[in-house]
Amino acid sequence: MQSAVSVKDLKIAYGSTVVLQNINLEIAPREFLVLLGASGCGKSTLLNAIAGLTDIADGEVWIEGRNVTWAEPKDRGIGMVFQSYALYPRMSVRKNLGFGLRVAGLPKAEIAARANRAAEMLHLTPLLDRRPAELSGGQRQRVAIGRALVRQVDVFLFDEPLSNLDAKLRNELRVEIKKLHQDLGNTMIYVTHDQVEAMTLADRIAIMKDGVIQQLAAPAEIYHRPANLFVAGFIGAPAMNFIEGQIVARGAGHAFVAGGLDLDLAGYQGAPLPGPATLGFRPEHLMPEAGGGPAIEGTVSVVEPMGADTVVWFSHEGQSHSLRLMGDTGLRPRDPLRAGIDITRANLFGADGTRL
Amino acid sequence: MSVASVTPRGPKPGRLTLGRFGLYAFLISAALFFSVPLYVMIVTSLKTMPEIRAGGIFSLPQGLDLSAWKTAWSGACAGTECAGVQAGFWNSVRITLPAVAISVLVGAVNGYALSFWRPRGGTLMFGLLMAGALVPYQVFLYPLVRWFATGHLYNSLPGIVLVHILFGLPLVTLLFRNYFVTIPEELFKASRLDGAGFWRIFAEIMLPMSVPMLVVAAMMQFTGIWNDFLLGLVFAGRENLPMTVQLNNIVNTTTGERLYNVNMAATILTALVPLVIYFVSGRWFVRGIAAGAVKG
Repeated sequence: MQSAVSVKDLKIAYGSTVVLQNINLEIAPREFLVLLGASGCGKSTLLNAIAGLTDIADGEVWIEGRNVTWAEPKDRGIGMVFQSYALYPRMSVRKNLGFGLRVAGLPKAEIAARANRAAEMLHLTPLLDRRPAELSGGQRQRVAIGRALVRQVDVFLFDEPLSNLDAKLRNELRVEIKKLHQDLGNTMIYVTHDQVEAMTLADRIAIMKDGVIQQLAAPAEIYHRPANLFVAGFIGAPAMNFIEGQIVARGAGHAFVAGGLDLDLAGYQGAPLPGPATLGFRPEHLMPEAGGGPAIEGTVSVVEPMGADTVVWFSHEGQSHSLRLMGDTGLRPRDPLRAGIDITRANLFGADGTRL
Repeated sequence: MSVASVTPRGPKPGRLTLGRFGLYAFLISAALFFSVPLYVMIVTSLKTMPEIRAGGIFSLPQGLDLSAWKTAWSGACAGTECAGVQAGFWNSVRITLPAVAISVLVGAVNGYALSFWRPRGGTLMFGLLMAGALVPYQVFLYPLVRWFATGHLYNSLPGIVLVHILFGLPLVTLLFRNYFVTIPEELFKASRLDGAGFWRIFAEIMLPMSVPMLVVAAMMQFTGIWNDFLLGLVFAGRENLPMTVQLNNIVNTTTGERLYNVNMAATILTALVPLVIYFVSGRWFVRGIAAGAVKG
């Protein structure tokens, strides 16, 4: 099947500073792809390059089967939503929505019809004659989405659209964006540094660091089988726990040894190799008061009740780890703790940081 | 009653401290420093010559005598011509209006292009423009006169207008560039995605956002050009001498006794236009100056 958007060998450089190099991406039609990374990782630059707003040094950009590498932004068949909303301050919501269509020379009736339809979808109808300054942040961002909507394009680009909103609005609008994607079935590329947005919205997530895509996979895959230590540490809150140790051959299989911990790797989902390694396990994959199985022992330091679940921080051989329990707990600081490790859900990373 | 018995509650009571006192004293004396000469000018212009000869420059006029104003406007002599400052007034209008309009618009386009489109060599051009603004006028005079003479622009209305546009551009460009860099670039990107080109983005998005800056630039240009003496004297030619040059000619023409009341009236008339503009659009001026600090 033909890709909706494909990026081939993309390179972007400012002067002699190379920001992105050898970027290759194939985005399927109707896919929701999230570019996730810390600030400065090049994710927004990549999005701007797809939009045609940044000069590229090498490579190609294809949208809907057309090579648009040299095409103007307006001719690429894309709509874009920005973090700062970027609404035209001197125009009403109606004019903001219709500006692009007016530039394109569409008949007035058609512009009005499209603006009204977009306003209806985004619950903006009562606000059509207001100026952006008279709207709340959430309303402004909905107008910005509407402005992309009226252009009836195949590909939507979002550049951190929710970052300027407060937490409650962010959650609401996140759900709205997901609904919009389900209703419209457009291809969407969404840049964010918020892993919750990435996990909840994406069909696939591309995690970026220093201009390199670290892993491109479905959210569950990224969460449960991170490709390397960076991805493992970046995704998840509280972060994945790590213990450094050695993998040794034992009988027909392998075992992970670190201090007093000795784990048989029989059930491990992967290919362990003898040598130095890092064991990673998520807070919710620890089982308190395990029976006789492999376990780590420690002392509770801090208990953080969050309502739905509780995060218990404990120290084990001088290192702090976290454990997530559903509901409340009777554990208190300085209590002893024994937690079993579910090796089938754990991750092992080799000396170079990649998953074994 | 001891101080301790008062419970601090509600707004803190204000007290006249020595610092406050000094501040007011300074402000009042500064206000007097600027308003006393104006007062003297106005009362003198309303007096008759015998009254002025009697001395007492601070005393109020005995009657309201507007004849000096009439003479200053239409009868005062500059050399052999006795037509007042009115010809100069219209010359100044003819010079100032097109020069202000064109320099502000071109400067706005310059600033817009420099901050959003970043043309190749834009930084260099901007640097040169700023360097040009720092070089004293006098250095340009002779080369410009020679150049204009070759192009038949010397001593003509288009010539003097062009000179003012050229000398105004660096400042106006700087103003607009600094204003436009405060506008989020995403706005520019959004309008490009909407398909708008160079001129449409300028006219429909950026210009409506820069009304305060337009007012500031227009006022600065207007007062600068209206008050100009040197360039008008050198480039305008006899037919187009601006009001300032004509005022100088009137004040310096003495046949018999110096007509102080006429001179004062002529001076006030010359200064009146910028003065009125400041009074009318002061609010906009402050807003525009502060525009850099406030979001759109």
